[in-house]
Amino acid sequence: MIKELHQKLINKEVSAVKLATEYLARAKSSDLNAFITITEKEALEQAKTIDEKIAQGEEVPLLAGIPASIKDLIMTAGVRTTAASKILENYVAPYDATVIKKLKENGLVMVGKNNCDEFAMGSSTENSAFGPTKNPYDKTRVAGGTSGGSAAAVASDLSVYSIGTDTGGSVRQPAAFCGVVGLKPTYGAVSRYGLIADASSLDQVGVVAKTVEDAEIVFNIIKGRDEMDATSVEVRSRELGAENSNSKFQTPGLKGLKIGIPQEYFSNGIDQEIGEAIANFVKRAQGLGAEIVEISLPHTEHALAVYYIIQPAEASANLARYDGVRYGQKSEIRNQKSEISLIDLYKKTRAEFLGPEVKRRIMLGTYALSAGYYDAYYKKAQQVRTLIREDFHKAFNEVDLIFAPVAPHPAWKIGEKINDPLSMYLEDVFTVPINIAGLPALSLPVGKTSAGLPIGAQIIGPWGGETEIFQAGKQLENF
Amino acid sequence: MLTPEEVKHVADLARIDLTPEEIEKYQQQLSRILDYVGKLATAQTDGVPTADGGTINLENVWREDEQSTANNQQPTIDLIKMAPETSGGQVKVKNVF
Repeated sequence: MIKELHQKLINKEVSAVKLATEYLARAKSSDLNAFITITEKEALEQAKTIDEKIAQGEEVPLLAGIPASIKDLIMTAGVRTTAASKILENYVAPYDATVIKKLKENGLVMVGKNNCDEFAMGSSTENSAFGPTKNPYDKTRVAGGTSGGSAAAVASDLSVYSIGTDTGGSVRQPAAFCGVVGLKPTYGAVSRYGLIADASSLDQVGVVAKTVEDAEIVFNIIKGRDEMDATSVEVRSRELGAENSNSKFQTPGLKGLKIGIPQEYFSNGIDQEIGEAIANFVKRAQGLGAEIVEISLPHTEHALAVYYIIQPAEASANLARYDGVRYGQKSEIRNQKSEISLIDLYKKTRAEFLGPEVKRRIMLGTYALSAGYYDAYYKKAQQVRTLIREDFHKAFNEVDLIFAPVAPHPAWKIGEKINDPLSMYLEDVFTVPINIAGLPALSLPVGKTSAGLPIGAQIIGPWGGETEIFQAGKQLENF
Repeated sequence: MLTPEEVKHVADLARIDLTPEEIEKYQQQLSRILDYVGKLATAQTDGVPTADGGTINLENVWREDEQSTANNQQPTIDLIKMAPETSGGQVKVKNVF
């Protein structure tokens, strides 16, 4: 879709301003609540610059003039960046994240900032202080999360692509719920400078797009080592797996490709229609010449517990900065005559401006890291993390890619799980192992339930295996 | 099951004020979640190293400790502007002691 729009732009069949105007109009009239802020002025200015370049016969990058949206967890200079939290409700980002800088060099036209779960904690975008995002296929249902606004926007043509983030499935699961493509790259493949931190050993910037090709185009622009993010790396193809396998299978078709099916991902109370859709997807790969191998990832059963220790622990440390002193909101109690202590200012500010899920995770993480509990929780989780990672390492010595469902169930009703946090956490069972291991994975639409809700499949690659994921994804997406 | 005192203690450590209703709610919810993640105790981890520091092959990245930006005050001004309370171009903080 990006390539087609690019052709139209350089052939002057459509102007960037006209394109931006159309997308802005849809974004403004949409009732999905996919945006926290719509950046009309910025988008039109950016589009005008592109049109001038095209008019002068200048060559413009592939992404130039393509209307995009950005999850509101990523800093955009001069534009309000809220992390979907009351505590940052009026926070204006003082600088651009590296991904934004790169996109701007490529002619970014930003329609707006997408809704998400507060500080990227949740699985449904219901934890946003700005209200839930609705699913475009059924407005009584969730769009998934945490990048729910990104997925709903791309699915409803409010933006062509969106930059999201994925800590435990936050790009892949909403992409699956909204019937679009979502990429979670290898840990470190994309700079996180300017990303508001959730859990630092898990967070990764990703892409929501309409097609695998579009996701690949955007990924190739945003990836790469960045001096401003010490954890970023120049991902080489197949970092830790076998030798570079680009020549291993030939397209068209998937001949020579070995696909692993982890038995543990098909046993745990998975929705029947999802199971069937994934089975058909696997058959299709087989029909294209791929070899299907059953594999085992024996520590899968522990992945969710590992995640819900490591994520809250790291988040509790990262969110200590929201203290009413450095940025964001502060409790007005401070302005009253009676003196309160600094510590009371912290407590009251955080009580007043952080949402219930964020408080829950901060307390969970604080508990897991507190004296007397550290060994039983955090240390234990980091040990099991090694085992989960080794499971994948062993598997990728045997297979090129792993196929699995994205989520055990399709999009649920808004409000259905909000009072039962554990039941919502359980929905992350198939996405969190990938973040724990730091692997790349793509969520691809593979069908719909009888109720018309989209179903997504995961194509999981070895460290640095984005190239193979894209190659296979492009062969499998149209059916 | 966590006691209300334990919930209050962890909320204090986390610097979050809770109402009595919240203490009751979080007592239930946190206990259920801790029970769930507590099943990790059954995982065999004798002699298994912790997965410290990221997930991809790590190598040290060194650079000289040099100033990398020009003497531009604007970023500092912009950052300080984001603080809830400032005075004379500085972030205003309550007495620590």
